[in-house]
Amino acid sequence: MHILEGNAVTKHFGGLAAVSDMNFGVDRQEVVGLIGPNGAGKTTLFNLISGALIPESGTIRFQEHNITGLKPHLICRRGLARTFQSVRVFPHMSAHANVQVAALFGGADGISAAEANRETVELLEFVGLSDVGAVLAKDLKLPNQKRLEVARAMATKPELLLLDELMAGLNPTEVAQAMELVTRIRDRSITIFMIEHVMKAIMNVCDRIIVLNHGEKIAEGTPQEIATSKMVVEVYLGE
Amino acid sequence: MVGGLVLLGLVAVLMASLPLYASAYTVILITSVLMYVVLALSWAMFSGPTGYISLAPAAFFGMGIYTAAVLGFKLPLALVILLAGVASFCLALLVGALTLRLKGIYFVIFTIGLVELIKNVVLWYEVTFTGTRGRFVVPVDNNTIYYIMLAILVLLLLTDLLIRRSRFGLALQSIGEDEHAAAHVGVNVNPLKTIIFAVSAIFMGAAGAIMATRWSYVDPYIAFNPLFSFMAVLMAIFGGLGQFYGPILGAVIIAYLEETLITRFPYHYMLIFGIVLVATILYLPGGVVGMAPKLRSWFVRRRRAHPGG
Repeated sequence: MHILEGNAVTKHFGGLAAVSDMNFGVDRQEVVGLIGPNGAGKTTLFNLISGALIPESGTIRFQEHNITGLKPHLICRRGLARTFQSVRVFPHMSAHANVQVAALFGGADGISAAEANRETVELLEFVGLSDVGAVLAKDLKLPNQKRLEVARAMATKPELLLLDELMAGLNPTEVAQAMELVTRIRDRSITIFMIEHVMKAIMNVCDRIIVLNHGEKIAEGTPQEIATSKMVVEVYLGE
Repeated sequence: MVGGLVLLGLVAVLMASLPLYASAYTVILITSVLMYVVLALSWAMFSGPTGYISLAPAAFFGMGIYTAAVLGFKLPLALVILLAGVASFCLALLVGALTLRLKGIYFVIFTIGLVELIKNVVLWYEVTFTGTRGRFVVPVDNNTIYYIMLAILVLLLLTDLLIRRSRFGLALQSIGEDEHAAAHVGVNVNPLKTIIFAVSAIFMGAAGAIMATRWSYVDPYIAFNPLFSFMAVLMAIFGGLGQFYGPILGAVIIAYLEETLITRFPYHYMLIFGIVLVATILYLPGGVVGMAPKLRSWFVRRRRAHPGG
C-alpha cells in the first residue's frame, strides 16, 4: 500500500512544464530517492507534495486522503514534513526554539508545553545538537543547520519525511554522518523520500530510485537497476 | 531579580500616586508620554516579531477617538473605552484578514492608505449626513484620564507578556524569521498574524478614546493624523525591538524630546525627528536597547587597553 501517491500531477511555470503528467508512489517505511539533472523538477515536485505549490491537474494522496491543494500547515499536521534545499532555519532563534515551534504546532493539537520541550530535547540529542541547543541557528555551521532542519521536521511527528538535498555542500565525512542519520530516521519507522545529488549516498541508503528529466519520470527501479540503465546513464550520469 | 522587583514596585507606587504630588502640568505631560508608550508598545507587539511594518496605528487610534466622540455623551466612560477597543479590534481583524497576505512594502503602503481612506470616509459621512465637520467630546478631568491611560498600559503590558511567554509568541517570531518555513512546520500563519494584529489594535483604540476626552473637540484631520503612526514606529525602532522595554524607553525619550522641541523649535522639530530616525536605522539598528552591549564591550576594551586608567 502506498503511503504517498501521485496521479498525473502537472505544474507549469510559464510555458515550461516543471512537472508533467507524473505518476509516482512511495510505500510505507521505504526510502525512495529522487534524482535527475538540475531543473528536472525535483524540488517543484516536493513543493507540490508539501503544499507550497498547487498542481494545475492531477491528485496527490497521502495515507489514502486527497491532500491536493491543502495548505502547508495542514499537510504538515497530517504527518508529512519536509526540509529545504537551501537551508531555511529560523536564523535569529536558538536551535532549541527552532525545534520547539515545530513540536508545538506541527503535531496533533493539544500538546503541552512540557511535552513539547521534552521532545525538543530528545530530538536535538537524536541529531547530535544537544550541546548547541542555546546557540542561534544562524551561528551554526552548515552541516549542523541541516541537522537542525531535520530535527525541526521530525518534531512534527511525520509519517513521511521529504529531504531536499540533505547532503549538498557537505564534505565526505559529513556525508557519511548524514547517511547514518537517514538510516536512523528510517529505523524509527519513518518513510523517507529524498532528493539527492550525491550518488554514493543515494545508491547506499535508497530502496528504490525515481529518475526525473524535464519534468517527466524517465526511469524507476532499485539502485542496481538505475545504475545500469542505459537511458539514465545517458541523460544523468553523463556518458 | 529581587532588585528588579523592588524597582518595579517603586515605579508602580510612584506612577499610581502621581496626581497626589505632581503638578497638573506634569500629570498632563505624563499622560501624553503614556499614550505614546501604549502606541509604540502595541505596535511592537505585532510588528516587532513579525517584521510587518504597519503604518495603521493612526487608523485604530482614530477609530477609538471617534467611538468616544459618537458614544461619549450617551454611555458611561468605562464602557465607551471598552467599545473603542472592540471597534478597533474589529477594524483590524477585517483589515488584517484582507491585507496580511501582502508582503513587505505593499503592506506598508496599504496601511498608509488605510488611514487616509478612513479619514475621508468619516469626513464624507459627517458632511453628508450630520452636516458638521467636527464633534465635541464629553470632557473628563485630567486625573481620571491619567489613571485610565495607566490602566490601559498595565493591561497592555500584561497581554504583551502573556503572548511573549506563550507558544503563540514563539510562532509569531518564526513567522518573522521565515514565513514559509513556519507554515511547513505547522504554524497556521495568516489567522495568527491577523489575531495578534487585531489584539494590538485594541489598546490603540482604547488610548484614542481616552485622549479624545482631553481634546474635547475632534474632526477627522485631528483623529486620523498619520503622525500618530509615524511616531509609534519611530519610538519603537528608536528604543529597539529586541527587548520588550525597548519601545517603552523609545516612547519616553522621544515623547519628552517632542515636548521640549515643540516649544523651542515649533517649525523644525519634525525635521529633527526625521534625522533621529534615519540616524537610528543607520547607526543603531538595535535601537537604544541594542546600544547597551556595544557600550559595555567598548568600556571593557578601553579598560584592557589602559589598565589602571
